[in-house]
Amino acid sequence: MKVNKWFILLAALSLVLFMSGCGKSSGSAGGEQSVLDGGAGDNATELSYWTFVELHGKHFEKMLEKWNAANPDRQIKLNVTVMPYDDMHNKLSIALQTGTGAPDIADIELGKFPDFLKGTPQLEPLNDVIDPYRDTLVKSRVDLYSKDGVNYGIPTHVGASVAFYNTEILQEAGVDYTQIVTWDDFKKAGIQVYEKTGKSMGTADTSATWQESMLLAQQGADFTDEQGNPKVNSPEMAKALTILKDLQDNNVISTIAGGQPDTEEAYGEFNSGKYATAFMPLWMMSRYTNYMPDLSGKIAIAPIPVIEPGMPRSVGGGGTGTVVTKTAKDIQLAKDFLAFAKLSEDANIEIWNTLGFDPVNMDVWNMQDVTHNPDNEFVKYFINNPFDVLNEIKDEIKLIKSVPASPTINNVLNTVTLNEIFEDGKDIQQALDDAQKQIEQELK
Amino acid sequence: MIKRFLYSQKVAPYVFVLPFVLVFAIFWVYPLLSSFQMSFQQITLGQDSSFARFDNYSKLLTDTVFLKAVVNSAIYMVLTLVILIPFPMLFAVLINNRLMWGREFFKSSFFFPALTSVVVAGTIFRLMFGEMEGSLINSVLGLFGVEPVKFLKGQTTGFVALLSLATWRWTGVNMLYFLSGLKSIPDDYYEAASIDGASSFQKFTRITMPLLKPVTIYVLTISIYAGLAMFIESMMLWNGNNSPKNIGLTIVGYLYRQGIEKNNLGYAAAVGIVLLLITMIINLTQLAFTGLFKKED
Repeated sequence: MKVNKWFILLAALSLVLFMSGCGKSSGSAGGEQSVLDGGAGDNATELSYWTFVELHGKHFEKMLEKWNAANPDRQIKLNVTVMPYDDMHNKLSIALQTGTGAPDIADIELGKFPDFLKGTPQLEPLNDVIDPYRDTLVKSRVDLYSKDGVNYGIPTHVGASVAFYNTEILQEAGVDYTQIVTWDDFKKAGIQVYEKTGKSMGTADTSATWQESMLLAQQGADFTDEQGNPKVNSPEMAKALTILKDLQDNNVISTIAGGQPDTEEAYGEFNSGKYATAFMPLWMMSRYTNYMPDLSGKIAIAPIPVIEPGMPRSVGGGGTGTVVTKTAKDIQLAKDFLAFAKLSEDANIEIWNTLGFDPVNMDVWNMQDVTHNPDNEFVKYFINNPFDVLNEIKDEIKLIKSVPASPTINNVLNTVTLNEIFEDGKDIQQALDDAQKQIEQELK
Repeated sequence: MIKRFLYSQKVAPYVFVLPFVLVFAIFWVYPLLSSFQMSFQQITLGQDSSFARFDNYSKLLTDTVFLKAVVNSAIYMVLTLVILIPFPMLFAVLINNRLMWGREFFKSSFFFPALTSVVVAGTIFRLMFGEMEGSLINSVLGLFGVEPVKFLKGQTTGFVALLSLATWRWTGVNMLYFLSGLKSIPDDYYEAASIDGASSFQKFTRITMPLLKPVTIYVLTISIYAGLAMFIESMMLWNGNNSPKNIGLTIVGYLYRQGIEKNNLGYAAAVGIVLLLITMIINLTQLAFTGLFKKED
């Protein structure tokens, strides 16, 4: 009998423990957390911020100090959580769908943004706080994060795509990168590099569409039509891939571990000098300074090659829209702070200083003392000044639209199609037709 | 009164099974019914869901990516069964042998991988099977003059990596099941067989294997389930849910892609229901064949 009593007690206890374990609401979202107080007092409002880029937190840290000093009655403590890319977007999506657990402020990457605009966005409209700055900003970058004229995200940079050349390899092969204007020039230079050094001139990307975006923009085309319907089997797309495939067949470009330049494996490959060129948006600069220290003083920035001279030499690539969620504690405060931290002239200067991004306030591009500051780590790292190139291509930066179909298009191209073309040598038109069919099927 | 209630022989069994029933109802029956309902709905972020009749299911029937996921999961399941039942059984018999030295050491070293987190193991395997010359497997192959292989980009090589991970991780666990089964076989049987002049092989096939049948059925059942439900291994190996040409996509991976990554919860629920059906059909058939539903003599 005695044993029985203990059993019952134990059973009851374990049940209670089990249930309490389940009911526990998770206050933290996992990931790496840190609280930035930026000199805030005790009655500061604590706002939470999720991001997938650790560096973004550093930028906010600087701006937070300035905000708290300027707004003593509206001080903020920022609770920053850094999570891996997929993880953060998935968690944010679940939190927004269920209406609980979302942060006050979050970064949403361009490729994922359309998913968050489906139906009625669970994000706060930001028009009122963007308006005072609107004239100073690159319009297309603001419009990227909008739906029906309502702005839901604040951009971080323009992301103008450029070419990063490893001049050490080029010199060894006797190539002058400043003479490369068209893809034909690039091909000739690449053949020379391969013959002289055995190295690849560039990468054939299988897991990202940066290069396709550049080649489409040059032809005035896009992955989608005017209505936002996918058209990846267009003649322009076929032409773009034919050019790249021809480069691969001539050993000018080759596939890279990781599938594209912006991956951990690829940083290693570049760092050890196996590839002479990366065609990437300007934010790739921060990857060089952070992950490819051996290349310091060897990398030159230049406009990307074009199919024919006179075509636009750049396209905005990637991007992060920072949003305020509908469940934010103090919506107005979050919005005001966000605009201050990302859109003010001061913020734009800091975005360049801390992150090495090309700011959306183009006035900054002409501030000689900011852009050519000799103490700036990016100015020190690269052979030429990025803003000399940026100002040269300033009026040629095209835009690839981000529409509801974009995530699906990216997924199909980056997992299936580009692999079929560059790894298996599948017929380009056939691969594109299959992709189009697959995308349409998935969007049904 | 309470005492009487608690000590009542009629009530006690119900009290004891109550935790299970509650857990079963809250975490199994309710979600199941709820996802069954969701699979007939169109669900969009921030909007009321709408009834979609059989739209999700009819879309699923023509979805080639889903088909790819089903085929991947099925192949993975079959191959894990082929590897993870015979070999652990053999190792268990070897380790159970009294003549074997270092039994405890082997037992724990085989079991050790199961204690490692899949996330850590998956990441290490990803680096081992990397496509660079310097990654472990490729540098070993290089010693034999083999060119670097892009393991995680090909269907077959990708599965080699996936199955190595599964084998490394689960051999020890299955071995322990078999070991516990072996313990319950009386030594007398083997003695009697020895007296009758049976060889070791005969003893294994005539005594060990038949008597291990209940354990084998159990391992088979959980392995079928585990094979079809595999997700994290693939996700870690390919550093995300998107593998080149979907070579590592599993049914659960597809459910995750649709439901979480694309916010298409209704469709994802339909994927889940189909997965449940597939698992149930295979497992029930298997259990019926192995005679589990027959009344014991």
